Amino acid sequence: MAGHELTWLTMAPLLGAAVVACLPRSQEARARPIGLSAAGIALAWALGLALRFQDLPGYQFVERLSWIPYLGVEYHLGVDGLGLAMALLTGFVMLLALMVSRTGLERPRLYYALFLLLEAGLMGTFTALNFFHWFLCWELSLIPAFFLIRLWGGPMRGSVSTGFFLYTLAGSVAMLLAFQVLFLATGTFDLPGLARLSQEGGVTARLSEYFGWPEGVSRRVLGWVGAGVFLGLAVKVPLMPLHGWLPGAYAEAPTAVTMVLTGVMSKMGLYGFLRIMGPIFADAMRGAWGMLMVLAVVTVVGSAAAAWAQKDLKRLLAYSSINHLGYCLLGIFAALQCGSESARQAALGGVILQMFNHGINAATLFGLVALVERRSGGLRDLDDFGGLRKAAPVFCGVMGMAVFASLGLPGLNGFPGEFLIFTGVFAAAPWAAVASVLGLLLTAVFLLGLMQRMFHGPLPGRWSGWTDLSPREWAMMIPSLGLMLVLGVYPQALLGIVNAAVVELAAVWAP
Amino acid sequence: MASWTIYLSFIGAALLLAVRPRDMRWVRGLALGTALAGLVLGLAAAARYPADPAAPLIVLARARWIPSLGIEYYLAADGISLTLVVLTGIASVAGVLFSWNVERRAAEYFALYLALIGGVYGVFLSFDWFLLFVFYEVAIVPKYFLIAIWGSTRREYGAMKLALYSLVGSALVLVGMLAAYGVSGGQTFNLIELARGGFSSGFQTWAFPVVFVGFAVLAGIWPLHTWAPTGHVAAPTAASMLLAGVVMKLGAYGALRVGMMLFPQGAMVWRPLFAGLGVIGILYGACVALVQRDFKFVIGYSSVSHMGFVLLGLMTLNATGVGGAVMQMFSHGIIAGLLFAVVGRMVYDRMHTRDLADLEGMALNRVLPFAGLTFAVACAASMGVPGFSGFISELLVVIGAWKAFPPLAVLAGVGIVAGAAYTLRVLQKSFFGDHPRAPVEEMGRGQGLTWPERAGAVLLMAATVVVGLYPSLLLDIIMPSLQASWMQAMLKGGQG
Repeated sequence: MAGHELTWLTMAPLLGAAVVACLPRSQEARARPIGLSAAGIALAWALGLALRFQDLPGYQFVERLSWIPYLGVEYHLGVDGLGLAMALLTGFVMLLALMVSRTGLERPRLYYALFLLLEAGLMGTFTALNFFHWFLCWELSLIPAFFLIRLWGGPMRGSVSTGFFLYTLAGSVAMLLAFQVLFLATGTFDLPGLARLSQEGGVTARLSEYFGWPEGVSRRVLGWVGAGVFLGLAVKVPLMPLHGWLPGAYAEAPTAVTMVLTGVMSKMGLYGFLRIMGPIFADAMRGAWGMLMVLAVVTVVGSAAAAWAQKDLKRLLAYSSINHLGYCLLGIFAALQCGSESARQAALGGVILQMFNHGINAATLFGLVALVERRSGGLRDLDDFGGLRKAAPVFCGVMGMAVFASLGLPGLNGFPGEFLIFTGVFAAAPWAAVASVLGLLLTAVFLLGLMQRMFHGPLPGRWSGWTDLSPREWAMMIPSLGLMLVLGVYPQALLGIVNAAVVELAAVWAP
Repeated sequence: MASWTIYLSFIGAALLLAVRPRDMRWVRGLALGTALAGLVLGLAAAARYPADPAAPLIVLARARWIPSLGIEYYLAADGISLTLVVLTGIASVAGVLFSWNVERRAAEYFALYLALIGGVYGVFLSFDWFLLFVFYEVAIVPKYFLIAIWGSTRREYGAMKLALYSLVGSALVLVGMLAAYGVSGGQTFNLIELARGGFSSGFQTWAFPVVFVGFAVLAGIWPLHTWAPTGHVAAPTAASMLLAGVVMKLGAYGALRVGMMLFPQGAMVWRPLFAGLGVIGILYGACVALVQRDFKFVIGYSSVSHMGFVLLGLMTLNATGVGGAVMQMFSHGIIAGLLFAVVGRMVYDRMHTRDLADLEGMALNRVLPFAGLTFAVACAASMGVPGFSGFISELLVVIGAWKAFPPLAVLAGVGIVAGAAYTLRVLQKSFFGDHPRAPVEEMGRGQGLTWPERAGAVLLMAATVVVGLYPSLLLDIIMPSLQASWMQAMLKGGQG
C-alpha cells in the first residue's frame, strides 16, 4: 500500500459501502457494526497519515497517474496540512455521526452504505489535486447527501432535498463552465499547476493568446471566470444571500446527517476557497474586495440575528453555523488586503483552525440535539423545554461546554481561530472587524438564551422522566469534549500540522 | 468481422420467421444469442481499433454492386462507426432482456426487432451513400410495425407520425444524394471519394441544409422533434429503448457522416442556425419535460433535450465538440435505454399506469427497490453527474461550444440545471412518493423483478459508469478518427 496511502483513504469507506450494500436482508443487523468499523478504519488511517506527515511546504503522499490524456486529466492526489486537517475532521465527524445515528432505522443497509459513500466523496474532495477528480468527488458527495435527506428526513424532506440539490448544482455548473474556459486557455485541469501559472500572471496571458483578446479584456474575462467558481463555492459554505437552501436542509435532515452537512460539507466550500479560489483568482477577488467584505460582514451579523429569532433548535444552530463560517470567509477575504505577512498568516491560520474547530463543535452540538430528540420523541422547539438541568445535570454540563466552545470562550477551541481571524481582519479593515464584533455579541446572546430556556426554570411535568446521559452516550461525547479542551488550551497541536500550509497560503494571498 | 453484425442480425430475423419455434425459450434464446454475438463482434472490432493510426478506416467488405451507376457494396468502419456499433450491441442485448415478457406473436416481434438492429448496424458501417440510404430505409419498416402492433398509448398515431417524419427526412436526403451524385460527375456514391472530390461552395450552401435537416429529423432537431415523444411513448419498451437509444443516433450519425463530411463549407455557413436550434432543443425539451404528467413523456422529452447537445456539439465544428457529440450519442443511447426500461418494463408492466400523480401514491422505491436503484442511477447519469458517461460527453460538447459560440455554452449550462430540475422532479414523483395509499407489502406482492430485467439493468448501468470513469476507452477510438483527412476539412471550418 505504500505510495497509495491517499487512495486507500477514499477506498476504505467505499469498500465499506460496497460490503454493507451487498449484505443479504437476513444480515441487516450487521450494517451498523460494519459501517462503524469502516468509518473507524478511515479515521485510523487518517491519523496514521498525520503521524507520518511532516510540516513542510508542498504536497505529501503524492500519487500521480494518467487518466484522460485528451483532457489533461490526471489521477493526482496529495495533501498539505490543510488537506490533512480536513481529512482528519472528516474521519472524526463521520464516525461520531454514525455513532449518534439511531439504531433500529428503516433500511439500515441503504443508510450506512450512503453514509460511507458520502465519506468516500468527502475524502476524495480533500485529497484530489486535479479539478476533474475534485469536481467528481464534490458532485458525487451530493447524491448520497440528497438521498439521506430525502429518505430519512423530516416532514418537509421532499422540497428541502430538491432545493438543496438544485441550489448546489446550479453553483457547481457555474463553476464547471468557468473551469472549461480556463482549460481551453491553459490546457490543464491540474490545480497546483494552475495556481503556479496564475501567480506568474500567466493565466491572463494564456487567455489573450488563445482567444486573441487584448490584455484588458482577458483580465475582465478572468474576473467573470472567477465569479463562476466563486458562485459554486459560496453556495456551499454559504455566503449570504446564497444561503436559502441551508436552514431547511439542516432542519429537515436526520440529525446525524446534519452533523455531516455542517461539520464537513460546509468545509468543502471553504477548502475550495483556500485551494482553488485564492491561488488562481486572488486578483479577481481583490477587484471586488469591498463588496466581498460587506457580504462577509452581512453573513456574520445577519445570520447571528436570524439565529436569535429561531425557536427550533436545529434551525437556530443552522444559522449559528452560517455565522461561524462567515468568520472564515471574512478572514479569507480580509487577508487579500493585509499588508503584513504576519497579519495574513494570522488570518489564514485562524481560518483553518476555525474550520477544524467549527467542524468539531457544530457536529457535537447537533449530536447533542440528536440525543435530545431521542428523549423528547422528536420535539425540538425551545418552548417545549425548560429546567432540564435538574433532571439531567451531566447532559446540561456537556451541552454547556459545547455551547461555550462554540461561542468562543477563551480556553476552549472556538476561541483561538476567531481570535486569529480578528487579528488579521483588524489589520486589513478595522470597520469590518468592528461590525463583526456585533455578530460575536449576538452569538453569545442567543447561545446563552438557548441554555437558559432549555435547562433553567421550572421543569415541565412531562419531562420528569428525562434521563441523563447514559454511559454509552457519555463515551461518545468524550473525544469531542477532549478535543475542545486540548485545542483550546494548546492550539499548537493543530497548528503544528498546518504551519507550512499557512505560510504558503499567506504568500499566495499577498497583494 | 464487424460486418457480421449485420448479417447475423438478418439471419437471426429470417430464422425466427422461417422456423417460428413454438417453445418461447427457443425464441428468446435465439434473439438473445444473436444480439450477444453482435455485441461481442462490435467490442472485438472496437478493441482492435485503431490498428494503424495512419489508416483510420478499416475496410470490411468492398464489391461492385451496380457498376453502371458506380454503386458499391462498401462496408467500412472508423472509430465513430465502431462507437455506435458497440452502443447498438449493448442496447440490443438489453432490449431483448427487457422484452422477455413479450408473449404475443413473439417470434415475429423478435424477428422485426433483429431486422431493425441489422438495418442500424448497416447504416453505421456503410461508406457508400446509396448503401447507407438503403439500410436507413430498411430500419424504418420494422420500427413502424413494432410500434403499430405491440405498442401502447395511441400506437397507430405514434407509428404513423414516426413513419411520416422519417419519410420526409428520407426524401430530403434523397434529393441531396441525387444532386450530389449528379454534380460530382455521376461516377460514385463512395462517401470518402465524394468528400475528397469536394463540392463548390455554392452547391454546398444549399445542399448542406437539405441533407443535414433530412437526417436531423430523426435526431429530434427542434422544431421537427414532435415525432419523438409520441413515438417513444407509443412504442413497446424495447422499441422505445432502441428508438431513443439507437434510431435517433442514426439521424445524428447521418448528419455527421454525410451532411458535414461532404459539405464542410455549407456547414460553416449554416452552423449558427443549427447550433441555435440545438440549444433551443436543450432548453425546450427540459422545460416541457418539467411539466409532463405522464412518466414516459418526461423521458421522451428528455431525449429531445439530450439530443440537443449532440447537435450543438456537431455544429461546433471542432474536434472537442464533435468528439463530444459522438460521446453524447453513445451516452444518451445507454441512459435513454435505462430510463425507458424502468418506465416501460419495470413500472408500467406491473402498475399499469404512467400517471405521475398515481405513481406518487405508490411509494415505488419500497415496492420495487431494485427498480428504484436503477432509476436513481439512470437519473444521476442523465443529469450529468460526474462519474457517469453523460458528464464527460456534455463536458466535451460545452468546451467545444466555448471555442465556437461562447454565449451558447452558457445557455447549455442553464440547460444542464434545467435538466437536473425535471429529473429530480420525476425521480421524486415516480419512486419517492411519501404517502403510499395502500400498505407497501400489499402492493409489492408478487412484483419482484425477474432476472432478465436485473441483467439488462446491470449491463446498462455498468456501461455508463465504466465510460464515465474511464472515458479514454471511447475517446481513444473516436479522436483518431477525427484526424482522418476526409474529416479535417470539416474541422477546419470548411477551409481546407
